[in-house]
Amino acid sequence: MNVGLWREPGRRLRANTGAVVALCILVILVAMALVGPWFSPNNMEALDWSHVAAWPGMAHAHWFGTDRLGRDLFVRTLDGARVSLAVGLVASVASLSVGVCYGAVAGYLGGRTDQLMMRILEILSGLPLIFFVIFLTVILGRSEMLLYVSIGAVGWLTMARIVRGRTLSIRQQEFIEAAIASGASTARIIIRHVVPNVLGPVIVYATLTVPQIILFESFLSFLGLGIQEPRASLGTLIAQGAGEMEAAPWILLVPGGFLALLLLSLNILGDGLRDALDVKEGG
Amino acid sequence: MTPLAASMPTLSMENLQVTYALAGGFSAAVRDVSLTVSSRECLGIVGESGCGKTQVFTAAMGLLSGNARASGSVRFDGREILGLAPHALNRIRGSELTMIFQDPMSALTPHLRIGVQLAEVLVTHRGFTWRDAMRAARFILERVRVPEAHRRLRQYPHELSGGMRQRVMIGMSLLCEPKLLIADEPTSALDVTVQAQIMDLLRAVRLEAAMAMVLISHDLGVVAGLADRIIVMYAGRVVEAAAAGELLRHAHHPYTDLLIKCVPNLRAARLERMPCLPGQAPGAAMQERGCAFAPRCPRATEQCRSERPLLRSVQRSAQVACHHPLSP
Amino acid sequence: MSGALLEVRNLSVNFGAFAALAEVNFGLSAGETVGLVGESGAGKSTLARALLRLIPAARGSVMWCGMDLLTCDAVVLRRQRRDLQMIFQDPLASLDPRMTVGGALAEPLEIFEPSLPAQARRLRTARMLQRVGLAPEAADRYPHEFSGGQCQRIGIARAMMLRPKLLVCDEPVSSLDVSIQGQIVNLLMDLQHEFGTAMLFISHNLAVVRHISHRILVMYLGRVVERAARDDLFQAPAHPYTRALLAAVPDPTRAPAPGAGVADQTLAAAVEPPPGGVVPSGCAFRHRCRHAQEICEHEVPQLEAVNERHAVACHRWRAIAGDA
Repeated sequence: MNVGLWREPGRRLRANTGAVVALCILVILVAMALVGPWFSPNNMEALDWSHVAAWPGMAHAHWFGTDRLGRDLFVRTLDGARVSLAVGLVASVASLSVGVCYGAVAGYLGGRTDQLMMRILEILSGLPLIFFVIFLTVILGRSEMLLYVSIGAVGWLTMARIVRGRTLSIRQQEFIEAAIASGASTARIIIRHVVPNVLGPVIVYATLTVPQIILFESFLSFLGLGIQEPRASLGTLIAQGAGEMEAAPWILLVPGGFLALLLLSLNILGDGLRDALDVKEGG
Repeated sequence: MTPLAASMPTLSMENLQVTYALAGGFSAAVRDVSLTVSSRECLGIVGESGCGKTQVFTAAMGLLSGNARASGSVRFDGREILGLAPHALNRIRGSELTMIFQDPMSALTPHLRIGVQLAEVLVTHRGFTWRDAMRAARFILERVRVPEAHRRLRQYPHELSGGMRQRVMIGMSLLCEPKLLIADEPTSALDVTVQAQIMDLLRAVRLEAAMAMVLISHDLGVVAGLADRIIVMYAGRVVEAAAAGELLRHAHHPYTDLLIKCVPNLRAARLERMPCLPGQAPGAAMQERGCAFAPRCPRATEQCRSERPLLRSVQRSAQVACHHPLSP
Repeated sequence: MSGALLEVRNLSVNFGAFAALAEVNFGLSAGETVGLVGESGAGKSTLARALLRLIPAARGSVMWCGMDLLTCDAVVLRRQRRDLQMIFQDPLASLDPRMTVGGALAEPLEIFEPSLPAQARRLRTARMLQRVGLAPEAADRYPHEFSGGQCQRIGIARAMMLRPKLLVCDEPVSSLDVSIQGQIVNLLMDLQHEFGTAMLFISHNLAVVRHISHRILVMYLGRVVERAARDDLFQAPAHPYTRALLAAVPDPTRAPAPGAGVADQTLAAAVEPPPGGVVPSGCAFRHRCRHAQEICEHEVPQLEAVNERHAVACHRWRAIAGDA
């Protein structure tokens, strides 16, 4: 539907070297996370007693070394990355969908409905996140599903606010008035006219949210609230590595480095997207 | 081109060209425009949107955007100003050479009072003290017939109506007694009754101040009321230039003739169909085979489509760029 | 003349304390064009929007097909919109920038004729594009790729897709060059001739209104000050404001003598109303009127008949007509 409109921003993005490099790195990292483990003879849970806390090297087929229990770090890191990315993706999509719907409806309907919806939003934003997650964990026990829910429950708040702001300004524009005068229903106007016009900032914000979510997940897992043994996420790996920092630094550096690279490339790409799309929004 | 007065013209342009660098390539907004404005003369520039009439003067004033290039010569009072360094231009702009625009709201700073904005001009360009500048500001508001001038000085732009704001703009441009005032579509955004008042004001100001003026508009009716000479532009080029009375009585270029027919005349009988030009004006993209107006011209021939007509003199001080100009 | 299609009674709109529209009455018959003339602040756009219930009205009724548009159920109103279309002053802004031209034109069909297959929609879209003078290929392009005049054609095409009974035109040519305005006006006249659509044509430009209208309403600061058949208005204007409007349009056959003012003779003061300001008591025009007297300050003039096709709201119209 909108192919013609993305050509110019696409061109601008391609011209932005930083963003293109970031995109390439991102693609490589994701590819590694997805298919990397197949290349290694090791698997995630196998304990190699002969190579406990071994340095990274080619000789013993543990390319990134092993951890305190002899588990291969290469496979575990990539597995962890996969989990982190999955969380990031799923939680982003969830928060995006909920946030866009909530924000568009609040912004378009305006008046009391908007006031009410925004009050609810503000109350939810005011809740301290960590306590909320801990509370749920205590009540419902630890599970991966809980992780997704709690992260998603947080991510949509800012998205909703952004979408509402944008919807408020779009609502004033003449083509919305024209749609109303044509006899379009409220639902139709929101879906066909408001949402496509707020997508620009939404996409940008989404790419900047994914790193935040991954970081948050890592933090939760680091605290012991998220992914549990023997599954690994970058957060849990970093937690383990932190304890071994002096003796076996690679246990921290490998997952930490991977996470840092992932977040950096996502942020740079997000910035590049914003620059590419911004001019269009203004014009 | 023969200037009307024997003395040096206030503004003279030769072979002005303005091109823009765009993603796809280059586009020429102004192609080879030459004109002169003598002191005390009012030159009217007419043409449809996109013909380059505004760009000619934004280039002269050094106000072009970053991706535009201007070449040729623009002499103001004998001095070459095209390509002049910004600090040198700033001394001329706003004092000797001023411009007023279509939308006075965007030209006035919304958060400063009118008095301050006016006084600032004199303080910057003429070194007045603020007290003297404010007094001069009030005087100029009275001169442009703003009622209750002392009260207006303390108001903000949004508190004034469109016509009032345009008067303030005119006042601002007159503060330093300019040699040339360029008015770019000064009445297009105004109501018809206010338009008439602003035109009267410009007429009066011109007589009192004895300065040169350029009036740019897409509406020939507006220009006809004020200009001594009229230049008609199409697709970046001058297609006709003549004394105003002559041009209106009898146009040589078919485009001018059609433009004249489009000017509403409420005193004449009503026509069944409203006169207009067919199609639309070409964009600024590089084209150039034959006459740019040929696709819309009722008199176009094969020659018109293959060979671009050059500007040449017809009678006395009239010039036209057409292979088959209309004869009297 | 066929029965009234639309009847507006006592319509008033307030923006806070500001009376944007006060006690407006008029009727419109099938197939006729009523021109609505006035300058900024006259309330013309407010009237158009209040009529279509795009903004809320304080008082009054709009009778259409036996129902009051202002009080009927929202669902019923939406169904009526099929026959009550509008075109706007800024043609580009009235088109969704993210929708293709074809999509914009197909939308009315999707709303009101949802059972129509996609193929038929495409066909009707293509035919309507041709009817307004655009190539069918335009359907795949986006609004920003077109000029102002072309965008207005697209807007007209969209409005006419369902052959509405009434087309409200809010300053449709004001943002276009003088040389292009005629294209749009002539197109609208042709469409009226072909489809019998009635039109409410709003403009501050008398010349344009003169071409397209059968009857004309002149508005000033929220009220109708004169109402007449077209020729009556231009040949024998009764209200001082109408006279000022007519005098303000320059006569192209003569350049005025230096020093001669056009505006001075008709208007007493160089003051036009400030934006959103307080409407003067009595006759709103009295501060600018040469003929104002005491009664003008105290009493709001009501529309009185000059003859059966001509009415004016002025206390002094007889005296002024005698001067002419």
